[in-house]
Amino acid sequence: MLKINNLHASVEDKSIIHGLEMEVKPGEVHAIMGPNGAGKSTLGYVLSGRDGYEVTEGSVELDGADLLDMEVEERAQAGLFLAFQYPVEIPGVSNMEFMKESVNAIREHQGKEPLSAAEFLKKAKAAAKQVQLPLDFLKRGVNEGFSGGEKKRNEIMQMILIEPRVAILDESDSGLDVDALQVVADGVNSQRDGERSFIVVTHYQRLLDYIKPDFVHILADGKIVKSGDASLAHEVEKSGYSFLGKKYEEAEA
Amino acid sequence: MSEQIEQALSRKYDAGFYSEIESETFENGLDESVIRRISAMKNEPDWMLQWRLKAYHAWLKMDEPEWAHVDYPKIDFQEIAYYSAPKSMKDKPQSLDEVDPELLRTYEKLGIPLHEQEMLAGVAVDAVFDSVSVVTTFRSKLEEAGVIFCPISEAIQKYPELVKKYMGSVVPRSDNFYAALNSAVFTDGSFVYIPKGVRCPMELSTYFRINEQNTGQFERTLIVADEGSYVSYLEGCTAPQRDENQLHAAVVELVAMDDSQIKYSTVQNWYPGDENGKGGIYNFVTKRGLAHTNAKISWTQVETGSAVTWKYPSCILKGDNSVGEFYSVALTRGRQQADTGTKMIHIGKNTRSTIISKGISAGRSNNAYRGLVQMGPKADGARNFTECDSLLIGDQCGAHTFPYIESRNPSAIVEHEATTSKVSDDQLFLCQQRGMDAEKAVSMIVNGFCKEVFKELPMEFAVEAGKLLEISLEGSVG
Repeated sequence: MLKINNLHASVEDKSIIHGLEMEVKPGEVHAIMGPNGAGKSTLGYVLSGRDGYEVTEGSVELDGADLLDMEVEERAQAGLFLAFQYPVEIPGVSNMEFMKESVNAIREHQGKEPLSAAEFLKKAKAAAKQVQLPLDFLKRGVNEGFSGGEKKRNEIMQMILIEPRVAILDESDSGLDVDALQVVADGVNSQRDGERSFIVVTHYQRLLDYIKPDFVHILADGKIVKSGDASLAHEVEKSGYSFLGKKYEEAEA
Repeated sequence: MSEQIEQALSRKYDAGFYSEIESETFENGLDESVIRRISAMKNEPDWMLQWRLKAYHAWLKMDEPEWAHVDYPKIDFQEIAYYSAPKSMKDKPQSLDEVDPELLRTYEKLGIPLHEQEMLAGVAVDAVFDSVSVVTTFRSKLEEAGVIFCPISEAIQKYPELVKKYMGSVVPRSDNFYAALNSAVFTDGSFVYIPKGVRCPMELSTYFRINEQNTGQFERTLIVADEGSYVSYLEGCTAPQRDENQLHAAVVELVAMDDSQIKYSTVQNWYPGDENGKGGIYNFVTKRGLAHTNAKISWTQVETGSAVTWKYPSCILKGDNSVGEFYSVALTRGRQQADTGTKMIHIGKNTRSTIISKGISAGRSNNAYRGLVQMGPKADGARNFTECDSLLIGDQCGAHTFPYIESRNPSAIVEHEATTSKVSDDQLFLCQQRGMDAEKAVSMIVNGFCKEVFKELPMEFAVEAGKLLEISLEGSVG
């Protein structure tokens, strides 16, 4: 479903990703771990088409279509979702309004009728309940005055409503307590249907106790240096990135 | 991003068409004889002519104000025609059937339904085309309630006592350069009188349209709300797209008697000029309301048009416990310049005022808020709250805030908050990542920014204002 071939990308002329290969099949969960500065967040931005993240070589296919040829919103409409590490605030625009625009823009692309206000409200209420956000969060401005944990849960709520083909979670676990971590993981697990795929970017193994990955990749120096199953994450948790060499041992200390 | 913004902001002005209507237009130029001719065309009584002439002589001695944060070539007042009227209006139509169909089509194009049968929304409209009022709808229903809503030229004939008493009582003839000019040459506008204790049964609305080339539009609106009455009034404005600048210098006076309330809303979409600043309307307007005891005056404005705007709808809070409000959204793009804000003059005890101003600048435009809050020596317990927010789109525009606060009463409380923000790349990216295109995203972000003001507009106009912003921002990002 998502095929990344020999991807090279740079930010402000600085090469961050060089020669990344990865294939995500329907229903799979891939975890990406790696030391700081390895290019983990960059990967999410490159795939979603953010301005300033320039692909210099390689190709990415989503369901056979050339992802890199699409505009940001077209990638989203094609089913790519990015849960942000630091979600931005949009004052005055209610969460409800924002999500309705989003869901209906994607439905329009799929040739579906837009959801009516009542239909949407019903779905939104259910999603809010699922991520344990009080209903007044639907009326509040997008991320306006939300705590860090509330912002992360809000991202997951959007993911639930959008039902993407591939969701990239960029450190959705950072700064969360165990309860919030459970909520985020439940959000993802509830979406696993054997068709949807997930790329979970994380620093810590603990999220992977809740979201069981099919594959774990170690990203370092802009490429995947090691891949394995869930046990690789435990290995990293125990002994750090020492296998990558001295440089990373110190950086993680 | 900014290059794309600029490119995209050069969108078409929707109301920029010109209507082929036979007009009777004065030759350019202004002197006493022109004023006498205007007065004669309108069949005015002598007192009105004398009033105009006094204003004219005062104007001759005045200078154009130069303190505003705007820059435009000096206006040659002899190069303007001071009167233009559709020819068919000479024998004023008695009903809509007699109105030139081309004129009706013009209003239809603007989305202003004049046919009463279509007006189930229940909004009474007075339409002013160039210098004359063409038609006022829903008159009989208003008359039943005792409400007077008619062109001001007609009010001068029919209700001279009311006009004499109140015209110039809030904005004196020689108040300022443009008000004096308007007082001398005003051609039409609306007059509203709400009798004691009456709640006006529908929204009242006036649409102003400049059609002819090189004409100025000088309309004058006078609204008097008698004791305990209520009225909500909306004005809308458009003009054809032309290379020359055109002058619009209006005066609006509101008189809110004891316990009454006036809500005055404006959706201003005069032609703003092209992306290089060629053409467009100079919008130099004086708007002021006088609030007596327990009265309330609310100004709500959505300003998206005009090349240069110079406008400060104000409240004189004379009576004890009177309330003044100013809610404003001003959007500038291309080379537009806006210097707008309000004055809240607190005279009475326990007077209260609220100012919410939202300025949005895009392209290479300049947007300034200028506001005065004055607490007089007798204004015990008076309060003001001001919130002044600026939103920048792109990196070549300017936002400026000039708040003036004068307090002569130690018990008065004045609060001022100001913020400046940008439509950030992060916000845009979030919206796009959620499947929305950039245009939709910007318009949603800007609408969110303006929400506090839009909620003050009458329902159907809030929708209109939102759409207008959307059109104005069309393609503002790529």
